Amino acid sequence: MKVTARFHSGRLWLGLKGDLDHHGARDAMILIKSRIEELYPRDCLLDLSEVSFMDSSGIAVILKTYKLMNELGGRLWIENVPAQPMKVIDAAGIDRLVAISSLTAKE
Amino acid sequence: MNRPINEMRCEFESRSVNEGFARALAAGFLSQLDPTLEELGDVKTAVSEAVTNCIVHAYPKGIGKILLRVRLYPDSTAEITIRDWGVGIPDIDKAMEPLYTTGGEDRSGMGFTIMSSFTDGLRVRSRPGKGTTVVMKKRVSPRTEPK
Repeated sequence: MKVTARFHSGRLWLGLKGDLDHHGARDAMILIKSRIEELYPRDCLLDLSEVSFMDSSGIAVILKTYKLMNELGGRLWIENVPAQPMKVIDAAGIDRLVAISSLTAKE
Repeated sequence: MNRPINEMRCEFESRSVNEGFARALAAGFLSQLDPTLEELGDVKTAVSEAVTNCIVHAYPKGIGKILLRVRLYPDSTAEITIRDWGVGIPDIDKAMEPLYTTGGEDRSGMGFTIMSSFTDGLRVRSRPGKGTTVVMKKRVSPRTEPK
């Protein structure tokens, strides 16, 4: 699991790449947490366009990132979610907490 | 149910690096039924949840064995079994409640919910101290028109 970070004007963009399963989630969470605590962003964007697979471990990563941003008084956005991770997000119902946009428009 | 037309079984160690291996193996075997990409994704997700449960919950203090078995049936149905010989689940109904977890904040408590919503049938048998068996059924939709 790779995490790429870009920071500009209080906005932190984090691009996740690889499988966001229990094996990948641990590394991803360490990297995400360290960037947020280091940069103290107002907005955090998690870009999932290069996530090849996600299960409920990814849901835990999103919820933990949401909590971190909430504690800072910031906001979290999830964007470019491919079809398979989107189905997991829908099943977990976390779109009620976090703003999410998928890669493919819903019919 | 009819007799299976094909069956595979594989035993591997409860190491998190094997989660991706188990998903790929189940999906590769299921591809004989000509599933859609979405159906393959569903099976990979459900297998990943079940195998992660074995790694996180069944063997919390070490490495144990996990068995993955896939049976294919003539009516385009797959039966996927994931078995461990770990600590077992004392209260299955409680474990299957959405958001319930004993795994702390690293876990979402959505594993069984996702297994259930991504397959066409989920059965869980467990005995404390003996282990847990999860059996899932997935129906693959027949393709009527060749592409």
